[in-house]
Amino acid sequence: MEINTRQEKNATVVVVQGRIDAVTAPEFENYLSDLISKGNRNFIVNLSALEYISSAGLRSILATAKRLKTEQGDIRFAGLQGPVEEVFKISGFYSIFKIFDSDASALDNA
Amino acid sequence: MEALSEIRVPAKLDHLHTLIDLVSNCAKEQGLSGKRINEIEIATEEALVNIFRYAYQGQEGDVEISCRAEHGKTFIIRIIDAGMAFNPLSLAEPDTTLDISERQIGGVGVFLIRKLMDDVIYRRDGDKNILELVVNIEV
Repeated sequence: MEINTRQEKNATVVVVQGRIDAVTAPEFENYLSDLISKGNRNFIVNLSALEYISSAGLRSILATAKRLKTEQGDIRFAGLQGPVEEVFKISGFYSIFKIFDSDASALDNA
Repeated sequence: MEALSEIRVPAKLDHLHTLIDLVSNCAKEQGLSGKRINEIEIATEEALVNIFRYAYQGQEGDVEISCRAEHGKTFIIRIIDAGMAFNPLSLAEPDTTLDISERQIGGVGVFLIRKLMDDVIYRRDGDKNILELVVNIEV
């Protein structure tokens, strides 16, 4: 798993590549948690290069979203494809999160 | 039928990648698609992580995994532990319609196994849990 971040005007864009599984999910959650502690509140998470996500990854996303909700923040997702899109659909994440085709469309709706 | 591959290791998260790699390589040898292999990896991870977390209730124990193909029609991953009896198929399906605040993630792992696999078979044999994940091989 590799995580990169860039700051846009209205949001912090987090690009995560590789695999979020039970081994790497805590690292992903801690990374986002640090960004929140540093004052970031609006996130776009780009998953276009994410190859794999298990329920451990979903759990880390949900924990982050719950924390952001209590801090008046927001988290949106962009670029879902393949197995990651399938896992989000099966788990009902499409009905609880705002999901966009690209960073650009997610930013337009920030 | 003889297993294509099998391994027995301590039931710890440290071994997750070794176990997933073994299953993944077996699935590749059966000519399954990249998409199907990804789904098999997810289902296998979910089953293993439940065992790592709950089966031995803090005690040490092993997990055994093997793959086999039957008549070229099904690919079967068998996972065995000697922890407390647990039938993952007995869990209720999670409510996937709740919003962020109400949503609990517990149970999603087993739900993914059931949705992604063609069949899932559980039995308790003596002091062992035997879980089989079944994938149809499409020719």
